[in-house]
Amino acid sequence: MLTPLIPEIGHFALIIALLMAALQASVPLAGAATRRPLWMAYARPMAAGQFLFLVVAYACLTASFLLDDFSVSTVAENSNSLLPWYYKASAVWGNHEGSVLLWSLILGVWTFAVSRFSRELPRDMLARVLGVMGLVSTGFLTFVLVTSNPFARLLPNPPADGADLNPLLQDIGLIIHPPMLYMGYVGFSVVFAFAIAALLGGRLDAAWTRWARPWTNVAWAFLSVGIALGSWWAYYELGWGGWWFWDPVENASLLPWLAGTALIHSLAVTEKRGAFKSWTVLLAISTFSLSLLGTFLVRSGVLTSVHAFANDPSRGLFILALLGLTVGASLLLFAVRAPRVSQRAGFTWLSRDALLLVNNILLVIMTVTVLLGTVYPLLLDALDLGKISVGPPYFNALFVPLTVILCLFMGIGPLANWKRTRPRELVRRVWLAGGVALIIGLLAPLLHGGEWNLKVTLGLVAALWVVLPLVRDLWTKSHHSEGRLAGLRRLSLAHWGMVLGHLGLAVTIVGVTVVSNYAVERNVRMAVGDSVEVGGYTFAMTDLGHRRGPNFVADTARLEVRRGDRERGFAMTPEKRVYIARGMPMTDVALRPGLFRDLYVAMGEDLGDGSWALRIQVKPFVRWLWLGALLMALGGVLAVVDRRYRRAATAPDPERHAREVNA
Amino acid sequence: MTRRLLLLLPLAGFLVLAVFLYRGLSIDPAERDSALMAEPFPAFTLTTLADPERSLDESLLKGRVTLVNVWGEWCPTCKQEMPQLLELADRGVRLVGVDYKDTREKGREFLSEFGNPFEVNLFDPEGSLGFDLGVYGAPETFLVDAEGVIRYHHTGYITPQDVERVILPEVATWQD
Amino acid sequence: MAGLIRALLMLALLAPALAQAAIEVRDFDDPVMRERFESLTATLRCPKCQNQAIGDSDSPIAGDMRERVHEQLQAGRSDKEILDFMVRRFGDYVLYNPRLEGRTLLLWGLPAALVLGGGLLVALLVRARRRASAGRLSDEERARLDALLEREDDR
Repeated sequence: MLTPLIPEIGHFALIIALLMAALQASVPLAGAATRRPLWMAYARPMAAGQFLFLVVAYACLTASFLLDDFSVSTVAENSNSLLPWYYKASAVWGNHEGSVLLWSLILGVWTFAVSRFSRELPRDMLARVLGVMGLVSTGFLTFVLVTSNPFARLLPNPPADGADLNPLLQDIGLIIHPPMLYMGYVGFSVVFAFAIAALLGGRLDAAWTRWARPWTNVAWAFLSVGIALGSWWAYYELGWGGWWFWDPVENASLLPWLAGTALIHSLAVTEKRGAFKSWTVLLAISTFSLSLLGTFLVRSGVLTSVHAFANDPSRGLFILALLGLTVGASLLLFAVRAPRVSQRAGFTWLSRDALLLVNNILLVIMTVTVLLGTVYPLLLDALDLGKISVGPPYFNALFVPLTVILCLFMGIGPLANWKRTRPRELVRRVWLAGGVALIIGLLAPLLHGGEWNLKVTLGLVAALWVVLPLVRDLWTKSHHSEGRLAGLRRLSLAHWGMVLGHLGLAVTIVGVTVVSNYAVERNVRMAVGDSVEVGGYTFAMTDLGHRRGPNFVADTARLEVRRGDRERGFAMTPEKRVYIARGMPMTDVALRPGLFRDLYVAMGEDLGDGSWALRIQVKPFVRWLWLGALLMALGGVLAVVDRRYRRAATAPDPERHAREVNA
Repeated sequence: MTRRLLLLLPLAGFLVLAVFLYRGLSIDPAERDSALMAEPFPAFTLTTLADPERSLDESLLKGRVTLVNVWGEWCPTCKQEMPQLLELADRGVRLVGVDYKDTREKGREFLSEFGNPFEVNLFDPEGSLGFDLGVYGAPETFLVDAEGVIRYHHTGYITPQDVERVILPEVATWQD
Repeated sequence: MAGLIRALLMLALLAPALAQAAIEVRDFDDPVMRERFESLTATLRCPKCQNQAIGDSDSPIAGDMRERVHEQLQAGRSDKEILDFMVRRFGDYVLYNPRLEGRTLLLWGLPAALVLGGGLLVALLVRARRRASAGRLSDEERARLDALLEREDDR
């Protein structure tokens, strides 16, 4: 029987993966530098081999969790024999060791994908790209093996049972949130590798951006979904109905997203117009650096955070060294090799180029602001200037106006032409949309509560201002002899991707605006037979009880909920659980989701005399937050499946060629 | 040349950040100085643990350097801290206890079981003095000088090493 | 085994920090008072927890602080007086909205400076680029280019 050896097999597989990563890094890079095709050819098989052994290592750790092998310390600390199998499998990444292994595995996935789908790349470019990814992987796998070995054993006296997975993590949101987030974080390593390869090869034409764009969009889409999932999880799991806390860990994921958003726009400009070349390279480096920084902030514990469940300064030192090497070396390379000549491509104030420049600068300012707020307490502390906190009021005060300004430019950006647009033409394209946005924005709060609200107006106008000009634009563009539908079908997928991406942001903004201003919350004391009215709904408590789950016991409540004076109602059943292994109490909220409002009931404390404290909330439009993120992600992916990227990238497209000559 | 320097800017920015991150690794974000450092000990009127009829106020702390220790029967680390406090009392340090969010019976039981290094114990069942001191968990210890001004603050449990290395030197500093 | 015990202890210590929402019933006669209470408890940070507002935490100290906020509101204190009251006891650490003072100048000032600097940068860049494109085209060429761009735009 090999079962007792599974952790050792995993450990060895991990070591082999590290060796292969080191070969994948060194040989092809040396080959590209010395023009040796044989050496360059090492890249693809090594990428495949590394991926294979990472899969084996990961599978072994998963097997240890599923088989309840409590002699493995990660398993003993984060699993329990009573845990359902799907939580055992997801407990693999519910802890530090497993999550860094997942990080490495996902880097392996991206590397393998690049080696499969980039056959048309010039040989030296592919060798350099895979080589750079191999370097990152070498660093990370060394980190895993040296400081965070997931296969470490507790021998000779393994515990009889495990300490259980933190109950907060026993949840579907936490099953899918980290893999999505990591797919995003790590996915930015591809565009990073392309940028570094271009710097190394001295070929900073627009070609690398065309190759890198699809990868970047997909990584960005994953990160969008990952962030949305994290927000959704916090919303229903932490029991107070908040969806964004400006916690350092959340900020750590927002930073690469903001930089990545700037990057996908700047890649577009560089690919289409050959402009912003050094800027795009810098953004590519920064985006991945911020992903690494996020990993550092979360894994080292330098910032106090609700999420810092796995921190350790020695690991922090290792990641910091890794971060310093990767980012320092890349930025140095950038300073030395970035193109010296400034471009000749001209444009005027009212051009898509100029508007995209503004977009980039605003996104970078937003990134810097979030970074500043996140690390500022640390800066002061390091300078011995005392401990302060920077929280939601600060971030909201700065982020909201910046977003409004961003929207202002987003409204006209997609309608402007490259190089120059005549002002009168632009006004003709947007005036109607602007007027309608303003009217709806002003009227909506009055129609809702009869009371005007500046914040609501601002949010709605910003969102509509982003969307309506696009709709009008679609209307114009869909003019076709065979009818509108045929006209719409004629539009490129890349265009649809842009439309969806912008629509998604607008949907999120509407959600944020409405839920922040119109959510209703009541904390109430209720016993069986009591009823209370919140936000137009009547909540009547009909029953209190107990129940036993696989690894918890729970107090349960049952509420009959009716809207206004309607006859038919529905039941909501919140629970207050105590997880047995850790003795940890948990609120399991009852949710009644809806496109236009969520009902949210959480059980608090037993107040004695048969009554409980309950928190009842009506949250309008809260789903729009995450719906918007999904639309954005969909937009990012749609833009990639465009025909343009599936064609061999080396064959010049005549139409494009003509355009470039014109430019 | 200026352009070259401009291109080095991102690297410079990153290096500055990296230095701070490195410093951050050796800083404990949970360790904070009391907001009352160099401030007079907050005013209070509380009865003693031993005698519900006897009430004391902040003038208790004037005239001599005193260690004020906030404890409670419910706090397990307070039990581990008692041998160190007894040693400090043996070495001539004046100790005043604050029995924080406790009941009289439990507080007295605690002292009879683990020893009583305190000259007197203030009984603070509501945690009002604790709140004015900015206490957010027990044990916490404050060093008050002869003028009744807070001079040193220790969060969490005093280890045997802390006695020699931190507490006694601080007491000696403010004694003069 | 010692490692495991230490790890378990660590988790036990961290567990309350990850705790969930506090739900308590509090009656307000005045909706404005309720709003002020909610906003104050959302901007004061719990000193004991990892990173939670006192309104969101069920740790005992957060409960005490909510109680004090409530008392002081009933006693007619202003928001600023209540915040000062907390800072005197727990330090600036409990303010999620850091005050503007010497050490936070950069925190509040840098974003504003960046917006100004960014605007200036855009202005300079566009001016330079405009010069690069202007003057090279005759009116006729420009008209043709406009037509071309228009067509491309309609695509």
